[in-house]
Amino acid sequence: MRAPAIVIQRPLRAALFALASSLSLSLWLPLAALAQASADHAGHAMPAASATPGVAAPAMDHSKMDHSKMDHSTMGSSTKDSAKPPAAGPSMDMGAMMKSMQGGTPPPDARDPDAYADGLTHGPMPGMDMADNDAYTHVLLNQFELFKGRDGSGQALDAQAWFGTDRNKLWLKASGERSGGRLGATRLEGLWNHAIAAYWGLQTGIRHDVGDGPSRTWAAFGVQGLAPYWFEVEATAYAGPRGRTALRLEAEYELLLTQRLILQPDVEVNLYGKNDPERGIGRGVSDIDVGLRLRYEITRKFAPYVGVVYSRKFGNTASYARAAGERVSDTQVVAGIRIWF
Amino acid sequence: MSPSSSFARPDGPVVPSRRRFVQSIAVGGALSGLGYWPGAVAAQSRFREASVLSGTEFDLTIGEAPVDVTGRTRPATLVNGSLPAPVLRWREGDTVTLRVTNRLAATSSIHWHGILLPAGMDGVPGLSFNGIQPGETFVYRFPVTQSGTYWYHSHSRFQEQTGVYGAIVIEPRGGERFRAERDHVVLLSDWTDENPETLFANLKKMSDYYNFNQLTAADFARDVSRMGLEKAMAKRRMWSRMRMNPTDLTDVTAATYTYLMNGAAPDGNWTALFNRGEKVRLRFINGSAMSIFDVRIPGLKMTVVSADGQDVEPVSVDEFRISTAETYDVIVEPKDDRAYTVFAQSIDRSGFARGTLAPRPGMVAEVPALDAPQWLTMTDMMGAMTMGGMHDHGAMEKPAGQGAADHAMPSMKPAAGAEPHAMHDAPAAAAAADPHAGHAMKSSDATRSGTSDMPGMGSTPMARHARTEYGPGVDMRVDMPRTNIDDPGIGLRDNGRRVLTYADLHTIGGPLDPRGPGREIELHLTGNMERFMWSFDGQKFSDARPLHFRHGERLRVVLVNDTMMPHPIHLHGLWSEMESPSGEFQVRKHTIMVQPAQRITYLVNADALGHWAYHCHLLYHMEAGMFRTVVVS
Repeated sequence: MRAPAIVIQRPLRAALFALASSLSLSLWLPLAALAQASADHAGHAMPAASATPGVAAPAMDHSKMDHSKMDHSTMGSSTKDSAKPPAAGPSMDMGAMMKSMQGGTPPPDARDPDAYADGLTHGPMPGMDMADNDAYTHVLLNQFELFKGRDGSGQALDAQAWFGTDRNKLWLKASGERSGGRLGATRLEGLWNHAIAAYWGLQTGIRHDVGDGPSRTWAAFGVQGLAPYWFEVEATAYAGPRGRTALRLEAEYELLLTQRLILQPDVEVNLYGKNDPERGIGRGVSDIDVGLRLRYEITRKFAPYVGVVYSRKFGNTASYARAAGERVSDTQVVAGIRIWF
Repeated sequence: MSPSSSFARPDGPVVPSRRRFVQSIAVGGALSGLGYWPGAVAAQSRFREASVLSGTEFDLTIGEAPVDVTGRTRPATLVNGSLPAPVLRWREGDTVTLRVTNRLAATSSIHWHGILLPAGMDGVPGLSFNGIQPGETFVYRFPVTQSGTYWYHSHSRFQEQTGVYGAIVIEPRGGERFRAERDHVVLLSDWTDENPETLFANLKKMSDYYNFNQLTAADFARDVSRMGLEKAMAKRRMWSRMRMNPTDLTDVTAATYTYLMNGAAPDGNWTALFNRGEKVRLRFINGSAMSIFDVRIPGLKMTVVSADGQDVEPVSVDEFRISTAETYDVIVEPKDDRAYTVFAQSIDRSGFARGTLAPRPGMVAEVPALDAPQWLTMTDMMGAMTMGGMHDHGAMEKPAGQGAADHAMPSMKPAAGAEPHAMHDAPAAAAAADPHAGHAMKSSDATRSGTSDMPGMGSTPMARHARTEYGPGVDMRVDMPRTNIDDPGIGLRDNGRRVLTYADLHTIGGPLDPRGPGREIELHLTGNMERFMWSFDGQKFSDARPLHFRHGERLRVVLVNDTMMPHPIHLHGLWSEMESPSGEFQVRKHTIMVQPAQRITYLVNADALGHWAYHCHLLYHMEAGMFRTVVVS
């Protein structure tokens, strides 16, 4: 990946800020959440890599920490703990406890779950018809909408579908738009989603871009899941022929105003390693979309919505747009339905 | 159908026409008046015609039939065309023969829940037998060696949800220990108009699909104005960070369920009659698929005399929680010439089942309002860890209307005015200037060696997690579970009523076997709420190997609940003899509800050879994989 971290930072921070400000309606978004989220799934994405202490520390370490804390009642002796004001201590403990409660890797002395079998296996008797390894099909039209902006109007789709069991799923994604009878930049992905942690799946597969210039094909590798503080996150890296690389980050949040009226902010950032003038894509951060949609769930599976989407192009991508007489940023009003089954 | 039909043929199956059956649900209230049946044999009100079968020979037919519970006609799977299935009355010492015919298009089965019998008669396809194929009749025959209140249900896929469940009442050889003038079965269940396969798929795709009590911005604003921004955020921080929902009390709610009492929806008002001054025995059975009920009869004390069919030392309570598959017999003595409501609200307070005890037909009593749903507490999430005073004070803050003592155990009432976090050692707390003084751990060595002393709780062992609990199927683990059994559980703590807990239950006669356990098996109840995966030790049924109990041994099973939901764990074919936290015999049960972050132990005599099912009795948890095979050999 050519896009260096320094380049990422500013726009990413801008994206975070945009997301946070949209959420500030609800007052309770900790800004740190996304940062935490990415740290969290970085840890999960590479279970084999040497564990980050914070993420993968075995339970025993924490219990040791914990009771050093607990001792403070009986301790007359002066340790830092007993001197510490009570308010400062507990939240630190909570953090430690929470970490030992979720994720991580098994300590060396973890119980062997097969030990009680004494070597027995299941008999040959037929008839057990459990649902525990059944495959299911899920199709979500997350955004299925009409949009209208200064740059024109059209239809947009953002959809995902999966088929499979708890651990392994075929995962399809489609995202694109039509405007003035022409297909705009459209991304299609076919991925194998493998559950790697309680809230995370590892996704490997291909991406195919059509519309808006010559089509492009990429190999895709990324994670999708639920970050702390309830952020739905996708982070995918792509590599294509002729050394093309790309990175796509997407985060989404659902804020319940009532049980059925739901405000859904989302942000998507695209980065590319190389200029691709034929598709109007420049190296570095190319574009950001920040959306805010308000839906009403008539049923869980059927929810009409309205919203606004702000999008902006950066760097060379912006230059290509200017050269083509297009806007560098636009604000759209959208209306659509969210459907799943 | 004439109301006398079942009097005329008490021993044979009476199959009401489908049309009458449907009507009976719609007009249940009107028919209930016909239910007067004096004497203890009258297990059932006349609300469900032809619903009591007794004797030693039974013909049961499982078939599909449309029913109308909610105003929509939906397909159900019924036994002898009846919802619930007929009450079976057996006598201890008899050998019963049950010919079960499957008229469904799919394989079916009947499991006799809580009954000790040869493994081949237990009715679990794939373990006891091949299942009953369409069109086939399977003959169950076994001696009845016990007495009390039990039930039966299909063990095939989701047929239990769609109606294959009914009560079993076994009369003791020597007569009832606790006699009553009247005897009624009160079978609680849940009905959905949805296809349960769809319901399960919905949960797989969106595990909070049926939870319409989620945290909203409005709740947050209310908390901010009440307790300030900082505390309101602190209250949510831990839950959000862990991606856990404090209102995730049950997976399936009244958003799709209608709760039934003996097959009657709340409006149907199932009614049982009494004469003032009579003792009335109510045999409560939770035959629901996914629902845990809190039962009370406002105006009446209930004397619990039996749990899971086993007589217990009588204990008088206002209310009890009955988890799926449990049974409790209570005796009430209405002194007034008035109606009483039998009220069973679901654990998440989204709905209720309701019936009436009345001196005359057609009477109704006030139906109480549902209690306000409460948040799960830190105790439900972390067990004994929070009791050591390590909790985040802000996060412990309760929503309005809850006592501060909510997260403490009822037996450990704080001194008046004590800080919530000081109550773990109430005597010390009253005197201590520092609210943190006096709690829990005396030495870190205690924890390292496996236990720690917590006043009032006995020892608190550290949980030993299995290697398979660190994968995608497990969303949390409790390192230090709570061991006390005197917590009535979420929603019932400090509600001003005397609520039954397991600590109140003492089986008369003590344990079946004086031996102590020869060894110990530790199993953790695990899950991933988000993915709707459920398992033991992080292994779903299809990933797991059987548990081996050596024939003749007496062993201790240690269950640690690593989830934030209660799980009623049912061991087929063998009793579970639950222990107190200090290891004394407590109560003999077939289904034991393990509360969130709780550790429960029980002893099992492995005296019945064969393959036995062992599972969470929440149907969708079981189907999702919270199921093991126990092999006694």
